[in-house]
Amino acid sequence: MKLLGLLLLAAGWAITLAAVVLLKTTLERSAFVLAGIGVELLGLTLVVRAHQSPKGGSE
Amino acid sequence: MTPAALLCLFFILLAPLAPAGLALMNTGLGRSRSAAHAMLASLCVMAVAAIAYFFCGFAWQGFAGGAAHSLPVAGKEWNWSAAEPLFMRGRPLDGSPASLVVLLQMLSAGLAALIPLGSGADRWRLGASCASAALLAGLTYPLFAHWVWGGGWLAQLGANYGLGRGFLDAGGASCIQVVGGLTALSVTLIIGPRRGKYAMNGIPAAIPGHDAVIVLFSCFLMLLGWLGLNAAGAMLFTGAEAGRAVLIAVNTTLSAAAGALAAVAITGARFGRPDASLCANGWVGGLVASSAACAFVTPAAAVAIGSVAGALVTITVAYIEWPLSIDDPGGAISVHAVGGLWGVLALGIFARFPNSVSGQWLAQLIGIATLIGFVLPLTYSLNWLLNRLYALRVAPEGERQGMDLYELGAGAYPEFVTHNEEFTQL
Repeated sequence: MKLLGLLLLAAGWAITLAAVVLLKTTLERSAFVLAGIGVELLGLTLVVRAHQSPKGGSE
Repeated sequence: MTPAALLCLFFILLAPLAPAGLALMNTGLGRSRSAAHAMLASLCVMAVAAIAYFFCGFAWQGFAGGAAHSLPVAGKEWNWSAAEPLFMRGRPLDGSPASLVVLLQMLSAGLAALIPLGSGADRWRLGASCASAALLAGLTYPLFAHWVWGGGWLAQLGANYGLGRGFLDAGGASCIQVVGGLTALSVTLIIGPRRGKYAMNGIPAAIPGHDAVIVLFSCFLMLLGWLGLNAAGAMLFTGAEAGRAVLIAVNTTLSAAAGALAAVAITGARFGRPDASLCANGWVGGLVASSAACAFVTPAAAVAIGSVAGALVTITVAYIEWPLSIDDPGGAISVHAVGGLWGVLALGIFARFPNSVSGQWLAQLIGIATLIGFVLPLTYSLNWLLNRLYALRVAPEGERQGMDLYELGAGAYPEFVTHNEEFTQL
């Protein structure tokens, strides 16, 4: 799950870069940049959840 | 040197008060049995960051208009990295703008490297924190700072794609604060919570900082440091004229003030009385958020930016502790990562420029996406690899004894009675 989260983080950034390069209008770019950030937040959630132990993280 | 360069040098010389204040805050928010360790770690991390930046950091970062590696993408030049020689060879340190950039950046790299210490308090080994600081100051920080301050592709979004003036950050809300805050998040995830922080059912125990006085005093020091950082950064990286320093100082102070008062109001409403450490975090959150837009907004906007930052910091500190179960004793993730991201976004919302071009907020969003989608995985991977080679976390015996005795052999307060096991009853 941790690796998947990291991949999603990078994928969100790739969507953002692609939007800047490939799209022309501000509306299209905005939509894809926001979508990229959404994917990143999903990845961040997975990374954080992967580090939570089932019993609350106590040693 | 010109009068403007002398003024800029004066502001840069104020900047070390920011890491000094942050070191005191991190120490005060940790336990008394790790206080000497926290201060020594701060000193060592600053030292390692300065050396690492001298060794290779400046070679990656460079300065706007300097040598750089570019890659053509769809007919546009994307500037990815500086191409300066290692060890700053051939770089005259003579009071020129480029030499002032070197000085400010060396201090800024140290400040960024200091931020994660607040999150790793009471369990992060001294050697490991120094190694992590070397990675931050030698690679992560300079690479992103080049993209923003060194004429890199984020700075060129305006010229290449018509997005406002490109990604803007006058005082380092992104380059210093968010980069440090995301590294703090990575380190905290990797090393896990302090022993005894979470019960078996996941409910967190309160482990209060040991010295509220130095925590609150550090806020005054950080104000001075931030005035220097914001003013010098705005002059060197956004071309702000010397007279704008007054507006920058007013905005920085107002943002910090609003952040602290927002924290006072929220903690007062929630707990029935203000919480000293959260109010200090609100103050610093206001400072952090002010950094990006301090040169481009009105004082009223600075109050709004600081208020939101103080509220965000106060709310996210609690949320990160529980239910996310991330143990961040210094609140570095909330203050520096969340506060910094808000500051970057706030510039896109509140900034007003003469001859304004649309799309500034989109450029800021692309910067935020880069921080979360590139900097976070990079800094996480580097610290994960480091942890494989050299464990970041101290042995359980070290946590029981306290970092002072275990790693340094002597405590910070040898004549005080300490309560070693009061929070470790599991």
